[in-house]
Amino acid sequence: MTHSSVQERSSAHLEPETLIEMYRMMVLSRRLDERAWVLHRQGKIAFHISAIGHEACQVAAAFAIQRGIDFVYPYYRDLTLCLAIGVTPLHFMLSLFGKEGEISSNARQMPSHFSYKELNIVTGSSSVATQVPHAAGTAFAIQYRHKVGLTRPDDTTQPRLALTCLGEGSTSQGEWHEGMNWAGVHCLPFICLVQNNRYAISVPYEQQSAMPNVADRAAGYGVKGIVVDGNDVLESYDALKLAADRAYNGEGATLVEAKTYRPVPHSSDDDDRSYRSREEVEGWKKKDPILRFQTTLLERGLLSPEAIEDINQKSVAEVDAAHRTAENAPYPSIESLYGSVYAPLEDA
Amino acid sequence: MSVRNMTLIQAITEAMDEELQRDKRVFITGEDVGVRGGVFRATLGLHEKYGSDRIVDSPLAELSIVAIGIGAAVGGLRPICEIQFSDFIWPAFNQILSEAARIYYRSNGTWTVPMVIRAPYGGGISGGLYHSQSVEAFFAHIPGLKIVIPSTPHDAKGLLKSAVRDPNPVMFFEPKKGYRAIKGDVPDGDYTVPIGPARLAREGTDLSIYCYGMMAHYCMIAAEKVAREDGIQADVVDLRTLLPVDKEAILKSFKKTGKALIVYEDNLTMGYGSEVASILADEGFQYMDGPIKRLAAPDVPGVAFSHPLQEEYMLNPDKIAAAIRELVNY
Repeated sequence: MTHSSVQERSSAHLEPETLIEMYRMMVLSRRLDERAWVLHRQGKIAFHISAIGHEACQVAAAFAIQRGIDFVYPYYRDLTLCLAIGVTPLHFMLSLFGKEGEISSNARQMPSHFSYKELNIVTGSSSVATQVPHAAGTAFAIQYRHKVGLTRPDDTTQPRLALTCLGEGSTSQGEWHEGMNWAGVHCLPFICLVQNNRYAISVPYEQQSAMPNVADRAAGYGVKGIVVDGNDVLESYDALKLAADRAYNGEGATLVEAKTYRPVPHSSDDDDRSYRSREEVEGWKKKDPILRFQTTLLERGLLSPEAIEDINQKSVAEVDAAHRTAENAPYPSIESLYGSVYAPLEDA
Repeated sequence: MSVRNMTLIQAITEAMDEELQRDKRVFITGEDVGVRGGVFRATLGLHEKYGSDRIVDSPLAELSIVAIGIGAAVGGLRPICEIQFSDFIWPAFNQILSEAARIYYRSNGTWTVPMVIRAPYGGGISGGLYHSQSVEAFFAHIPGLKIVIPSTPHDAKGLLKSAVRDPNPVMFFEPKKGYRAIKGDVPDGDYTVPIGPARLAREGTDLSIYCYGMMAHYCMIAAEKVAREDGIQADVVDLRTLLPVDKEAILKSFKKTGKALIVYEDNLTMGYGSEVASILADEGFQYMDGPIKRLAAPDVPGVAFSHPLQEEYMLNPDKIAAAIRELVNY
């Protein structure tokens, strides 16, 4: 076995305020996500792709790295991850409505194609797994800068790792293999977080790979593989913190497979009733990552029922405000279609 | 500034050497670029000089050569990615089309991809179907890329330096048949040739010849031949940059001559010359004094290996001279 259970619980060292902030991010993401579904069903937006059910492993990933400094190559389901790094509900709402000032692309891209240069969140396409070798390339650049003396390895104001996320279906792409292979060959400061929600739209994991776990395949690349319960925030954090520390210490790449579930359709254009039973979906809703974390925080006495309600109310208010602002915002100018095709030479 | 006579490939190596020296962010990756110095020896001596941190042998996987380059460029480096033969670039096509070319646009001008993808192209070297292709037309359809094809050592060095310093992804296709066959004077030290402008390689008034890469070299030989033998004076426009194209230079020459022969090594149909023909038809109609002629390879799926079949497929100075005479006498 190349993947192992996590021995040391780094999550035990998380401060109460940090745990509460992680919880708050998950709730904010959920309320925002639910609003997007409503807006789509109301015919107000054209498309939504959801992070519901994935909040735990995503918030864990954000808090395990240096948020806003380390490079992140998200995929389309990473709403919670990006919110936790610094994308705001308004940014997301502007992307849903395709409005001026949208942070990723000024509304050129479909929603959930996150990019935010100031926070080192790197733009991605809709072609799955294309971002994996990019993240490996950026990890290569980080290592290169240390080797040739452009950046000091202990300079924590500079990016020290590249994290990328994708679904389990996307690991069937050659791009995943080639990126993982570079990460292994060059012992790169690289984390690949596979959010295994069991379905690539309708196709179950068993049709993607003969291996029981995606993380088992890490061995084929000389990369460390870890399987975690992706609906458990603290277990996910333990694994991702270990992965980040390995990257920071020059110990190489880590593949973290977070086992999770998507209790909603793939996107607003999907109908999951055609490929899985309602009983299966209802069963997974009982393992909801937010409910589980909430129970933990209540048990530890870090949150009261009142505090939970307060977090919820404030999240709804934040979503309301972002929704209103975005709905009333102008569209991008027609001229903007023609801009930024080539970077000017002075940007060199 | 003193000049030295050198081959096309020596000029390419010199450009990379000087850019590696100038900027620590510049590195090279590709198959066999390290101790081997590249299968064509374009990186000869660079591994010895700069070491394996900066001259990086890649795994044998072209997609990753480009994709790692993209990620490294995003991470602040200046990659020069070598695809061993342009025939092998296709696994990386999606990375070039959907990623490298679009990252600047799709991030609303926030993320840039300053990288160079070098690839030897073209036939006539007994390379058969898979070591002979001309691939430029596929990439010339992609806004966001720049495409450069030099035909002289002087331009190769100056354009490659410009490519390395450009904030955009630049495809740099090198006519491999000309690597050692094409020689010319190259200035010592640092100079650049800007990406964009075409070069008027020869002046004349009887017809305009539009060409690039190996065909530009052949067109010059053919133009001298018809000048000598028939007194025909051709205006030869070496396009040098295919994307963005220098429309002004194309139309300026056509205005002078009224006749156009467009020469390219790729298959005729939908080749790059078809775009040049369209530009002339759209914007040069009033100057037209004859059919706009394309001279290119036959529409068969590749260059055949067997020598006479390869020769039938490939253009050469004699075939070009014949096409010049035919058009001038139209």
